[in-house]
Amino acid sequence: MKNKVVYTLFILIAVFALCNSFVIENPYFKIGKKDIKLKVPKGFPKPNYTFKKNKLSPDVFILGRKLFYDNLLSKDNSVSCGTCHQRIAAFAHIDHKLSHGIYAKIGTRNVPALQNLIWKDAFMWDGGVTNLEVQPINPITNPIEMDESLANVILKLRATKEYVKLFNKAYKDTLINSERMLKALAQFTGLMITANSKYDKYMRKQDTFSVTEKNGLQLFRAKCESCHKEPLFTNNSYRNNGIKIDTSLKDFGRGRLTEIEKDYLTFKVPGLRNIEMTYPYMHDGRFKKLKDVIEHYSNAANHDQNTDTLISKIGNLSAQQKKEILSFLLTLTDKEFLYDRRFADPAILQ
Amino acid sequence: MAVLLVAMSFKVGPSTKKNNGAPLSISFDHFVGNKRLRLDTVNYKNALGQSFTITKFKYYVSNFHFKNSEGKDLFINETFLINEDEEETKKILLAKIPEGNYTSMDFIIGVDSLHNCGGAQSGTLDPVNAMYWAWNTGYIFLKLEGQAGKSLSPGHFFEYHIGGYKQPTNCIRKISFDLGKSEKTITKEIKIKVNVLEMLKTPNTIDFSKLSSVTDHKNAAVLADNYKDMFEVMPNEK
Repeated sequence: MKNKVVYTLFILIAVFALCNSFVIENPYFKIGKKDIKLKVPKGFPKPNYTFKKNKLSPDVFILGRKLFYDNLLSKDNSVSCGTCHQRIAAFAHIDHKLSHGIYAKIGTRNVPALQNLIWKDAFMWDGGVTNLEVQPINPITNPIEMDESLANVILKLRATKEYVKLFNKAYKDTLINSERMLKALAQFTGLMITANSKYDKYMRKQDTFSVTEKNGLQLFRAKCESCHKEPLFTNNSYRNNGIKIDTSLKDFGRGRLTEIEKDYLTFKVPGLRNIEMTYPYMHDGRFKKLKDVIEHYSNAANHDQNTDTLISKIGNLSAQQKKEILSFLLTLTDKEFLYDRRFADPAILQ
Repeated sequence: MAVLLVAMSFKVGPSTKKNNGAPLSISFDHFVGNKRLRLDTVNYKNALGQSFTITKFKYYVSNFHFKNSEGKDLFINETFLINEDEEETKKILLAKIPEGNYTSMDFIIGVDSLHNCGGAQSGTLDPVNAMYWAWNTGYIFLKLEGQAGKSLSPGHFFEYHIGGYKQPTNCIRKISFDLGKSEKTITKEIKIKVNVLEMLKTPNTIDFSKLSSVTDHKNAAVLADNYKDMFEVMPNEK
């Protein structure tokens, strides 16, 4: 009998230890009891967004997470940020060409991944938004997304007991306003840091690349690097990447914003981390597979007449080269980021 | 039309120069020509004789700067939202500027670039005030809306939303006033007359049939050049 108890206890301890060793976590921030410690990944530049005026705290992060996954942010309480920004897809919308809104409305652009946002200098495909904190106002108020007014969101939050509690915990008083809501969301999304892919480990000499992957990296550096600059895989510029305008969507990209001729049909260069999971691709999601994207860049004959010269220069890639680039791109998947439960919907988590 | 530079003064009590540290106040009185602005109900005429009503008139003023008679500069890094529809917003108290002898005053209409890029903010700069463009980050400096028979848009509405802090379509305009100078005078309250008609007149004459909606930056600058001249410091009544 005694043996049995000891045996059961031993099994329990073993299971517990095993479970703990399986906790997958992005290692770049640690949530303590009172604070959050952020570590800038080695080799990364200084972040643009520093949290200096939005001091990282576990309670604010938790509030941000609750808001991110709350349908209350939309007009008919039917969709949340997390509806279109799915964790498993690096917070892009997996297998969805264009963004979705309330009443099954369809938008005009592909949902971008949310990752390494604190290194960005502007948001949206056209770079119209210049500060991480104010980005969420767009999906919230856009009539084809959440179609809600910011003022009404605040009223709904004030009327929800749980939020009164969460704001009070996060900010030490019960004031609920848009500044606090947006700053909480910025803590949650700002900590979506990915820098632990196979590529990162290879760069840190903790992992090895196959010959194909190595060749792929070399090719990538020769053909793609001028826009998709390591380690963030974007230089934050705006380019005409050669895809012809979709005449039904009529999206002129950054030109609509700046009204400057050279900006027409240019879009932000996206980072490529976790690209395996963020399909479909391009600003309008027109390419289903990564191989279609590589094919597009390789095929100058199909490019728009105003294609950026950097893209025209890529030239024809052989079948072998395409395979190598593809295999390199797959090394950018960071499972520790994708499966980090701290970013999961708390309603599902509990 | 040139800005009237009017020496303004307010004599406090029996010719004393001292002030009690009470804050300086500024009131904004909205006019259309010589008539006081009344929302919704009154018909006005622009320079082309086109009839119109005004349904909304609100704007930001920021970064007040004063020079006192001793040559000292006083700055106040604060933004105020003046709204015709909300009486209490039309008189502002500059908590950090005491009554005193001031020789000049300037401020900007709009919001400076630092605050435009400042992320989530509260108070007058809270985006819930609906003076904010979400998709192209920045504050709307001024909204003037109404109806004009000549406007070709549905319902004959016109809607001018002016903003933008980047060149070449920067709509921030600095408004400066010489307050005159008198050693013995103490400024307690400054009254500013704001003439909406100026905004439709000089240097660019606005034709409602050609321009009924402004939300893009190019035309916004045209109107910003106009609103630069709509402020006028009024002589005090006493």
